[in-house]
Amino acid sequence: MPDKKWRQIKSIVPEAVCCLSALLAITVLFLILYYIFLRGAGVITPSFLTALPTPVGVPGGGIGNALLGSLVMVALGALLAVPCGVAAAVYLDQNPQSSLAAATRFAARVLSGVPSLIIGLFVFTLLVLRTGRYSALAGGIALAVMMLPVIVLTAEEMLRLVPNSWREASLALGASKKQTVLRLVLPAAAAGIAVGVMLAVALAAGQTAPVLLTALSSVFWPENLLQPTASLPVLIYTYAISPFTDWQQQAWGAALVLVVMVLLLNMTAQLFIAVRNRRG
Amino acid sequence: MEQMEGAAHKRNGEGVFPYLTAAAAAGLLLLVGAIFLVVLWGAWPALKAFGPAFLFSTVWDPAADIYGAAPAILGTVITSLLALVLAGPLGVGTAIFLSEMAPPWLKKPVSFMVELLAAVPSVVYGVWGIFVLVPWMRTGPGLFLESRLGFLPFFQGPSIGVSVLTAGLVLTIMILPTIAAISREVMRAVPQDLREGMFALGATRWEMITRVVLPVSRTGISGALLLALGRAIGEAMAVTMVIGNANVIPRSLLAPAQTAASQVVNEFPEAFGLHLSSLLLLGLLLFIITLLINLTAVWLVYRTGQWSGGSGRPARLRVKGRVAGHA
Repeated sequence: MPDKKWRQIKSIVPEAVCCLSALLAITVLFLILYYIFLRGAGVITPSFLTALPTPVGVPGGGIGNALLGSLVMVALGALLAVPCGVAAAVYLDQNPQSSLAAATRFAARVLSGVPSLIIGLFVFTLLVLRTGRYSALAGGIALAVMMLPVIVLTAEEMLRLVPNSWREASLALGASKKQTVLRLVLPAAAAGIAVGVMLAVALAAGQTAPVLLTALSSVFWPENLLQPTASLPVLIYTYAISPFTDWQQQAWGAALVLVVMVLLLNMTAQLFIAVRNRRG
Repeated sequence: MEQMEGAAHKRNGEGVFPYLTAAAAAGLLLLVGAIFLVVLWGAWPALKAFGPAFLFSTVWDPAADIYGAAPAILGTVITSLLALVLAGPLGVGTAIFLSEMAPPWLKKPVSFMVELLAAVPSVVYGVWGIFVLVPWMRTGPGLFLESRLGFLPFFQGPSIGVSVLTAGLVLTIMILPTIAAISREVMRAVPQDLREGMFALGATRWEMITRVVLPVSRTGISGALLLALGRAIGEAMAVTMVIGNANVIPRSLLAPAQTAASQVVNEFPEAFGLHLSSLLLLGLLLFIITLLINLTAVWLVYRTGQWSGGSGRPARLRVKGRVAGHA
């Protein structure tokens, strides 16, 4: 075609726009990370990570109780969500065609699209309003609801990757279905399920609204699961919208800690997936 | 496996195991129903008191105990549509770059970074928004729009930084990776023969993209856009931190406003009684709307049969997992 040259020239502009879009997306990521490190790194000292918050104007305040509170609530969430999620995934894997399986898969997808704020409102109305108190327990339950769909969907996928011939071999050797699942299928898929759990934990650790509505916050160390509990995201939110510069400084420091934790979890999970896919 | 299940195995004492796993699966289903019912229960007093008028009334007065959601609903619609309009082309462009144009050595790191953008917690976007984007909007683009385009009603000043536009920009950044990641997976599933066929006919790469890749993945991309819209509508923290939380119908993109989610986060700590119930009613509205949007999105993406995850992240696992399973 004689006009091929012209058509190629016409292609340049839209292709350049696509390149620029990708460049812009990455620039924004680096811009955000750059500011978080720039403004946050100076704040972080060993005592910042371990001390209790101080009132406005009193130097030396830290995020120790918020870190511990986040850890407790995320761990509680995982403790609740992992067994339920994996059990549901085992059901999906064993009865892939049943109508309950279809409905459950559908529910998991719906749940993963529900705004985290709604999950917070749900647990608030169910627990906090009834018992009249904000608590780490309620926060953990809200985070469990957030984690559940991620765990179910990834665990099911990981279980499906275990070759059917293995299960058939196990059953042919006289093992029961239960033995096959517990001793063969789950161990074989364990690493993959762990990746799903890591992604779920990373998601839960960054959640603000569900924790704000259920555990509120506190300036003390968490002593039991039935009292208001500080968490990293809520502390960041409270400090960032405050009018005090020392709190705003600390919000940057806390944001850096949160970003590093969440991104490390994500990068580990992604690396695992990449390595496994290469082995294919 | 069903055929393998002989009589001997049935007698083999499975115990409660199958019932436990089935209960866990059913529990997930019940959970979604419970969320709806519990929030509805909490919102009931407000629903009874105001009825459909809640949607259209602009009065939100805790002192008089009268609540109307029109400003919040309008704020939600404007910010999320703004985000979709900005992030849509950018996200699809990024996806085209990643799926069709990038050299192999660049594909993986760039995809990886886009995924990381999705993993950044929303409160961190909020911190960045409040301390970096808001001051920049106040002096830079905001002031420019005010002085040059201020004669247009939607760019009227004063530009104070916190605004509908700033919230829309933060949302744009937040939903961009959702659009890019899912669209890329959908495009990647377009059969290679189709591309080669176009090239064999003498098409340039861009002609191949616009005449083969985009039409084939159109449904999936629509699904990605809808999922992103759902995310934008439900986003609470980052928006609360940059929108200024003024409970009025926004007169201009440079004016502070409110979204349904930001109003809940903002007023929730001091609310009780009918006020609290009205906030829950806002939550219920958000729940129903995001549910409808997500259902449509999942259905759209499903129809193409290329993707079956629930959110950006599991989607990638799934598609890749399937490829790995076949190899």
